[in-house]
Order: sequence, then structure tokens, then C-alpha cells
Amino acid sequence: MIELENVGIHRQGRSILGGVSTQLDAGKIHVIIGPNGTGKTTLLNAMLGELTLAEGQIQCGNQRLLPGKVRGKSLHGWRDTIAYLPQDTTADIDLTVLEVVVLGRLGKLSLHIDDDTLDAAMQRLEQAGIAHLAGREIASLSGGQRQMVLFAQVMMREPKVMLLDEPVSALDLKHQISLLNLVRRETRARGWVTVIVLHDLNLAFQYADNLLVIAQGKIQAAGTPREVITAELIAQTYGVEVEVLQDRLGNPVIQPVSGG
Amino acid sequence: MTISADRSEAIIAHRARERKRWRYVLLFLLITAVSLVFDIATGPSMLSPSEVIRSLTGIGERAAMTDAIVREFRLPMALVVGAALGAGGAQMQTLLNNPMASPYTLGMAAAAGFGAALSLAFGGFGLHPMISVPIGAFIFSMIAALFLFMLASMRTVRTETIILGGIALLFLFQSLLSLIQFLSSPELSQQILFWLFGSLTKATWPTLALTAVVTLVCCLMLMADSWKLAALRMGEMRALSLGVNVRQLRMKILIIVAVMTATATSFVGVIGFIGLVAPHIARMVVGEDQRFSLPMSVLAGALMLSAASVLSKSIVPGALFPVGIVTAIVGVPFLLWLIFAPRRRTL
Repeated sequence: MIELENVGIHRQGRSILGGVSTQLDAGKIHVIIGPNGTGKTTLLNAMLGELTLAEGQIQCGNQRLLPGKVRGKSLHGWRDTIAYLPQDTTADIDLTVLEVVVLGRLGKLSLHIDDDTLDAAMQRLEQAGIAHLAGREIASLSGGQRQMVLFAQVMMREPKVMLLDEPVSALDLKHQISLLNLVRRETRARGWVTVIVLHDLNLAFQYADNLLVIAQGKIQAAGTPREVITAELIAQTYGVEVEVLQDRLGNPVIQPVSGG
Repeated sequence: MTISADRSEAIIAHRARERKRWRYVLLFLLITAVSLVFDIATGPSMLSPSEVIRSLTGIGERAAMTDAIVREFRLPMALVVGAALGAGGAQMQTLLNNPMASPYTLGMAAAAGFGAALSLAFGGFGLHPMISVPIGAFIFSMIAALFLFMLASMRTVRTETIILGGIALLFLFQSLLSLIQFLSSPELSQQILFWLFGSLTKATWPTLALTAVVTLVCCLMLMADSWKLAALRMGEMRALSLGVNVRQLRMKILIIVAVMTATATSFVGVIGFIGLVAPHIARMVVGEDQRFSLPMSVLAGALMLSAASVLSKSIVPGALFPVGIVTAIVGVPFLLWLIFAPRRRTL
């Protein structure tokens, strides 16, 4: 579980995120949505320990991030349990898929890769359903396949917290679904605290156990998609008029109202 | 747990790839050794390769004269300097994630040239030129590195900025160098020019030993970080998320590379293209697993400079053609070929 208490972040003296308090439970998918430039990625980077907190604290297990510079060992300890998957899937490097996944175990690798590590890497690739790509060059894969490989790589870290920054925005529908399904399955099975920034709202409503709506540097609403999504909230945060429908499972689906 | 057939097949395939890469490294080691023999054999008095081998190993009959030539005049400086430049270039490229990065293109060589020229212009500050010139070159090379280092340590600076900073250094030190040459006497200008061309004949056993030890220690330190460097090539954020302290790693590698290349450059002068091209050859042959690509860059650099040294001694028989000119002339078409050649993806 991660607890954020009154978290605030400043950049060049200006507050870009403030008063963020929430509790992120393990085994659940927490999806952050909100307009561009409102602090979604900032919040993710703060949880990664990459940005300095101006106020408040973030607690994960018995470790905590406090305002002021965090460096060296304490930051290392914090990051040890956290995996982070950036949006960018470029991997212009002459390595095979298997080698890329092995790199996920960076801290424990010696000059010789032992059979156990190779076996663990292959297991992750099997879980991601791409074991057949093991011997291929990473640069020769499609963006969607690369993202699956890179996810297998961060899984090698055996994290407790999984942070994903718009992981599917460059992927086609098939890979979007297979990656998010995989994330959901692993989150449940391994008890991760999974936090995903998503742009596609309908996709967000479908996969979120807990939805965090961020706008103007503040959490505007939090809860299950069914609880929080209303036409008013979308109009307030995005400035767009929508109609909120329901899918077969009762999850909200939004449809823009086309202006006349 | 039973390992599925697919899984063990993939692991076997991976092991086969590793073995193949080791074989390439060994092959390059062999070719480099051969080029070393030829480098030693070539010179004002030509020796045969078998004479060189007998003299090096101390086995079999040989003339005392041959031993004297091999052991006192034909030092394997090309091998060591080439290795240092190859490794330095490889890690500059890794560090800045840019295939055009090298100690030469980032202005460290130009700074060394300026330092050498300055020291020559001021009469070596009372020291013998054999000592003052390398010291001047080393100091200015480290000043250039320090500037890059400061850029790299700024939190908001991106790698592109560091490269542009390096190019700015290159122009700055080149123009300062031109200024010194413009202001100095023709004799001094000639001396400076000769240093700038790069020459391997200035080596002595102590300078060779120093360069070799520095290069070896630096390469071992780089090797120890080989996994982190591979992760860094996947992008800073990704490396960071894999637990790499990116800023600290950048600093450390920059210092190692600066010390290694500055040491090599300060004794032999400006030798371009080895640091740029050798890493490309290494990656083409063994990919980017740093466990293989780093030793391969070392070998490719050593091989290229040894071969260039042989060429420089045999273009005009009896005379010495500056090796820096040879590497540049041979290096340019080679670089173009590397850029335009279709990329190999499988090994």
C-alpha cells in the first residue's frame, strides 16, 4: 500500500501539484486521468522519487519520501521495490529480446548470466505471451511487441509497486488490450500497487479499480469509475460535453456530444 | 520446476550466441596480435615477422641487433593508444547515446592540442618538452572534460546539450590553437603542427607503461559497470527505473574516459577517428552486450591504430608519415561506409 499525504510539488517556484492525499491499495489498479499538463506524470515521477517533494510525504511499507532532496542509499532503497514503465518504447539497441529482459535484473547480474536468470527471463516472456520472440533483435519488433518486452523487463525486478506512464498510447488495439490484461492479471496475482496514467478514458474506466481524476494540480475526484464518472465531472475537468453511458458490465462509457 | 521445451531451446540459443561472440573476440585478438607483429616489423630497417616473433618470445636464434630494435625502438604504443581510444569512444557513445560522440568530436583532443601548443609556445615553462607537452595536453584535455562534466551534472541538461557543448569546445580550442600558431615563429608553428599530426614514435618505455596501466585499470572499471551501461543505452528513465543512479554513473564514466583518453592523447598527439569508428565495428560484430562490445572496441581500436601505424611507416619507405593523417584519410571513407551500409540485425 502507498499512502500520499498532502503531497505538493513545485517547479521553478510555482506549485504544479498540491494537497494530494490518497491511499493506493495493493492488488488493485489505480488509474490517473486528466487533461494534458495537469500533473499526472509529475505525480508518477514523485512516486518514483525522481522529483523532490515541496511538502507532504509518500509512504510505502516502512519507507517514506519526505520533502527535500533524497539521494544515495535511501533513494536506492525506495526505488528497489518500484518498477516504472515509460511511455516511450524506442529501443535502438543491438540486443535480443531475451537480453533486454535479463537487464531487468540489473543489480544482481554478474559478468556471466546464470541459467536461473535466463530461465526467469523466459518465464516473464511466457507470461507476456511472447516467448517465441526471445531470440529476435528488440529493434526489429513493432512498438506493441517492444512494449510487451519492456514490461517483461520491469517484471524481472519483482517489484511491489508498478508505475506505468501512458503505456499503451503508442500501441494498436490488440496490444493495448493484451498489455492491460497482463497488467491486471499480474497485479492481482502478485499484489502489486499498480498506478497507470491513461489518456483513453474508456480504457481507463474499463481497467481502473480506483480512478484518480487530476486537474489543475489537484485530485478532483477519486473512487471506482462507476462512483465518480459523471457528465459534470468530465465537463469540469476537460471542458468537453459528453454523455455517460454504461457498458454490459455496468462500467461507464463516455461519448462526446457533437455540437451543432 | 520443469523447464518447458521452448524455454530451454531459447536458453540454448542464447548460449550459442554468447559462444559465437566469444569466438569473434578471440578472432579479433588473433588479428590484433598479427598486426602488432607487423607493426613491430615495419620501420627504417625492415624485419621479418618471424624475426619479430623470435625476438618477442626469446625463443630461437636471432641477431643482437634485432633484439635491440624490437625492444628499444619498436614499442607497441599503437596497440595501447588504439585500445584506449577505442574503449573511450565506445563509452562516450554509450554515455551520450549518440553514435557521433568520441573524445575527438567532443573537443577533448582539440583541447589537448591547444594545451600542447601552449606549452611549446611558452618554452615548456622551464621543463623538458618531453614532459611539459604531455602535461599541457593532459591538463587541457581534463579542463575540456571538466566542462562536459559540469554540463552533465546539471539536472536539467540533456545529452544533446552536452554534445553541443563538446562541439563548442572543439571550435574554441581549434581557434585558440590557430591563434597560437599565427602568433608564433615558423619553427615553433612547425613543431606544433607535428605534434598535432599525432606520432607514435615519441613513445618511451615509461610513457608506454603509464599509458598501458591507466588504460587497463580504466577498462576494468568500465567492464565492472557493463550492465549499467547497457541499461543506460535503453534510455535514462529506463535505466533509472532499473535501479541505475544515472547521474553518478555518467560522472564516473566521464572521468574514467577523460583520464584514459587524455593520458593516451597527451603522449602521442591528436589521433582522430579511432575513437569514433572502432566502437561501430565492435557493435556490428558482437551487438551491444557490453560484456562483448567493450573488449571488442578495445581490440578494434588497437587493431586499427596498429594497422595505421604499419601504413604510416610504409607509405613513404624510410620516412615517417604522421599516423594521425593516415587514420583520418582511411577513417573518413570507412565512416561513410558504416553510415550507409545496411545494418545487420542478427548474429
